[in-house]
Amino acid sequence: MEFNLLADIAEYCAREKKDMAQAMLDYEMKNKHLSREDVYSGLKRVLLTMEDSVEQGLTQMVISPSGMLNNWAKTVYNSKTETLGPRLKKAIARAIAVGEVNACMGKIAAAPTAGSAGIMPAVLVTMIEEHNIPREKLLDGLLVSSAVGLIFAKNSSFAGSEAGCMGETGSAAAMAAATIVYLLGGTNDQILEAVGFALKASMGLVCDPVGGLVEEPCTTRNAVGVANAFVSAQMALAGIKSLIPVDEVIFATKEVGDLMSPRLKESGQGGLANTKTGRDIQKRVFRTAE
Amino acid sequence: MSQQPSIFDILGPIMIGPSSSHTAGASRIGYIARQLLHDEPKKAVITLYNSFAKTHKGHGTDKAIIGGILGFGPDDERIRESHELAKKQGLEWEFQFRGDATKFHSNTARVKLFGKKGGAVEVVGASLGGGRIRIQEIEGFPVDFTAQAHTLVIIADDIPGSIKNISGAIAEHGVNIANMFVSRNETKANMVIELDQAVNAETLQKIESLSWVRFVRHVEPMTEHSSRYEK
Repeated sequence: MEFNLLADIAEYCAREKKDMAQAMLDYEMKNKHLSREDVYSGLKRVLLTMEDSVEQGLTQMVISPSGMLNNWAKTVYNSKTETLGPRLKKAIARAIAVGEVNACMGKIAAAPTAGSAGIMPAVLVTMIEEHNIPREKLLDGLLVSSAVGLIFAKNSSFAGSEAGCMGETGSAAAMAAATIVYLLGGTNDQILEAVGFALKASMGLVCDPVGGLVEEPCTTRNAVGVANAFVSAQMALAGIKSLIPVDEVIFATKEVGDLMSPRLKESGQGGLANTKTGRDIQKRVFRTAE
Repeated sequence: MSQQPSIFDILGPIMIGPSSSHTAGASRIGYIARQLLHDEPKKAVITLYNSFAKTHKGHGTDKAIIGGILGFGPDDERIRESHELAKKQGLEWEFQFRGDATKFHSNTARVKLFGKKGGAVEVVGASLGGGRIRIQEIEGFPVDFTAQAHTLVIIADDIPGSIKNISGAIAEHGVNIANMFVSRNETKANMVIELDQAVNAETLQKIESLSWVRFVRHVEPMTEHSSRYEK
């Protein structure tokens, strides 16, 4: 069973009268010779890992070995100033929490990468908190996100060294946007529109982490990725169109990734990594390794 | 086996952070070296090359590799304390660093392990991203496998008929060979055989008992799914 475009998956859903989660369940069961229970128990483990990583980052001391991250998730979560009420504040704190746990050698589920691992957990936990979505339903939400990731991986790239941060937090935001639309009862068309919005907002985002570590700016870009996912899902659910069909947007991310200088793609040679302060931090962190 | 990606390649791996290449992949290289040693390790000499050498500290690459050598999977939280645990188990280790080894992939490690029963093995592996790895050298022989399938690694005297004998022993027990790679030096041949299923102990013993076979190891597949489904 093969899907090469998001349009293929939508077509399969229309033909088989299934939703996108069921389509991806069929895909995984057929290709990997797994039972329905196998797939769902795998998804449960992913969800548990995601929930645990959010919880850890919000409750435990998390100071990364480099010192660049220092309990930021709790700082945001407990902040008295709220730009848009408590919901957005808490949602982005959850993404930062996972980024901090990851930097401190905690357990995370890459989704799709370790560097972008905060976005899906933050969105899923927020959907439980704010919309009372049952946890069982979140597993279907994960299946929908995997449809987006699968097609993005085929036609673009998750690797920061190939597609920059667009390939990491950009694709994660697109996956999460699809999940939100699905969990709020949106149509397949709306799911695809949301993916398009999220990717267009991430187009050309560079991968320039300071010292090559998955900390700065990765962690705060995860927070922005959560906001992107909710904004994109909101626009799609309201019924506005992304104009460029989503599969064409994905091909555009591939073109943009190819056009981006290697200096801006996880090489530590450009962007924030190449600032004076970025270089100073790198020297301090790695002075014993030279 | 289908070539289509699994949804768990996208939602996963479940791993100890911070980096799928510098942490999860590194632990897997250590883990494979341990399987190839097939004994409790008493000493490890590890060379980190290129990006691994330059950034191992910030990524916990050194902890991840020692964790792998202790038999921890990439999602095992004991990786964080692997150095303390290794000391308790009586493992001695030494890291060496080569920051400019252009002939190696950017994230490469060489792991030499010495076992308590007197054996030793030397393995070179590269971490490709997303937790995937490629083993590139075993005991000085160039090899090329990803440990995503059951894999047999055999070193034998290079005598006529050796490949036929070994593939015959595997086929006899109804196991399919998916891929086979052979490399040679002056006197010996190295075979890496990827299988569709695990071989049983009997097959392994049969191959081991051949007088011209020097080394036989079964490396289990390093997919996330096996551990992911245990709950």
